[in-house]
Amino acid sequence: MTQILRVDGLNKSFGGITATDNLTLGVETGELHAIIGPNGAGKTTLIGQLSGLQFPDTGRITYKDRDITRLPAYRRAPLGIARSFQITSLVMEMSVIDNVTLALRAKQGHSFRFIRAVRKDKALRDGALALLDRVGLADKADRPTVALSHGEHRKMEIAIALGAKAELMLLDEPMAGLGAEESVQMVELLRSIKGRHSILLIEHDMDAVFALADRISVLVYGHIIATGTPDEIRANEAVQHAYLGEE
Amino acid sequence: MTRQDWIAVIMLALLAVLPPLFIWTGQYFWMDLATRLVILAIAASSLNLVLGFGGLVSFGHAAFVGLGAYAVGIPAYHWLYGGMDAIAVTNGFTQFGLAIGVTAFFALITGMICLRTRGVYFIMITMAFAQMIYYGIVSIEEYGGDDGLVIDTRSEFPLIDLDDPLQLYGLCWVSLLVVVLFVRMIVRSRFGMVLQGGKGNEERMATLGYNVYAYQLVAYVISGAICGYAGALLGNFTTFISPEMMDWTRSGELMFMVILGGASTLAGPIIGATMFIVLEEVLSSWTVYWHLPFGLFLILVVLYIRGGLTGLLSGKKGEGE
Repeated sequence: MTQILRVDGLNKSFGGITATDNLTLGVETGELHAIIGPNGAGKTTLIGQLSGLQFPDTGRITYKDRDITRLPAYRRAPLGIARSFQITSLVMEMSVIDNVTLALRAKQGHSFRFIRAVRKDKALRDGALALLDRVGLADKADRPTVALSHGEHRKMEIAIALGAKAELMLLDEPMAGLGAEESVQMVELLRSIKGRHSILLIEHDMDAVFALADRISVLVYGHIIATGTPDEIRANEAVQHAYLGEE
Repeated sequence: MTRQDWIAVIMLALLAVLPPLFIWTGQYFWMDLATRLVILAIAASSLNLVLGFGGLVSFGHAAFVGLGAYAVGIPAYHWLYGGMDAIAVTNGFTQFGLAIGVTAFFALITGMICLRTRGVYFIMITMAFAQMIYYGIVSIEEYGGDDGLVIDTRSEFPLIDLDDPLQLYGLCWVSLLVVVLFVRMIVRSRFGMVLQGGKGNEERMATLGYNVYAYQLVAYVISGAICGYAGALLGNFTTFISPEMMDWTRSGELMFMVILGGASTLAGPIIGATMFIVLEEVLSSWTVYWHLPFGLFLILVVLYIRGGLTGLLSGKKGEGE
């Protein structure tokens, strides 16, 4: 297998706090690679650096053999990297479908188009509706985003990541704040997209991670202490000590 | 058409009908007010494009108004007194073209710097650039410094005569109509959606692949150019220009209009400009301290009416149409 994403010796500090500490990681093409770790382990900082919203102090990020360490976020997306946000990060003022069409249109070249009204673009609308249908929100397409529940926002995040037609999806805690039933739905949703995209999943929900992941890396204090299959991770003593034992 | 669009249509219709009545009944004072109102509504609409739809709180839009007015005044001055032959004209197309060109260029240069900042810093740096222009004009003795400059000849266009109050008003009204339709077209276009997305959530837009900075810069340039055009109209209306037009308090007044009327609505700037003119007239006839009740009124609107007066009239909040 080839690696779609490779991270070598990544370091990032905020003042005296080391958020990412000599971190090395590889994501195989097509795998669902989960990253787990206690609170404050630097998971979100890592995904920030992978998506280009933050830049590392030292180290190297390679995507499909291309160095993207210093590439700004808006130039990573066209390469096929999408991310979802832990804190729901939608454009609340817009309707549900408008949020999704934004993702679709980003794939269609520049948007310096001033004349034609977006909402009259039928193909775009149909594409967005198909995505919303996949996450079970088609009937809410024209509602204002702000009117939807937290669980529905999480699903919108997935629809948007799918809309970006990414080869690599960076999912930042898609289960965060979901109820039991919603979590089950989200696991099913992720299972349905698994294999079609390479996915780096950051998640707190252990049941979800062990149910979905092909491989798991354990992040503690900004450093990866172990990588392996779910069974290997379960059996790993260092992991049990650092993390699972405290649960 | 949404209810907010209808409010804009009604306002524009009223502004089309009332001022000719003022003329026929000899109410020249009200005619003047209506002309100023329409010009301010154009300037406020341009500010609304970046402030309301783009989420960029520019505190320097008066500079564009001033530059636009001086783009009429300086050529007219040289036409009369000689010098600077290249721009010494009274031709309206040249003057208005100059107004748009200069303000678009100024918006491009300052926007490139301002848009690297956010929030309070953006507010302060746009204001700083406007003040820079303000003091720049004050220091140019030839154009009257802070005493200002009288425009002896209005812009000359074929077929219309801007010395006639009704024809000048007609030009302003048609301009407002075109600007409102133009802004409406922009905010509904792909470009407009990206602009509004960048206001709502910039990081999200970046990770989707949008270079938000570039979209905001283009919006800022368009906004500046429209505002410069409004300035050229204002110069023709007042026939007297001074640096005071671009004082930071003037930028503040434009912001009042947008916020009072309802940011990110089409009708908002028109309603806001109307309220501003009416309140200014009514309150200042009661007391010289009219800014005090005016300020209180603004505070009440901001606190209790989401989406400004347009939001109140259309029965829903102003965001997003």
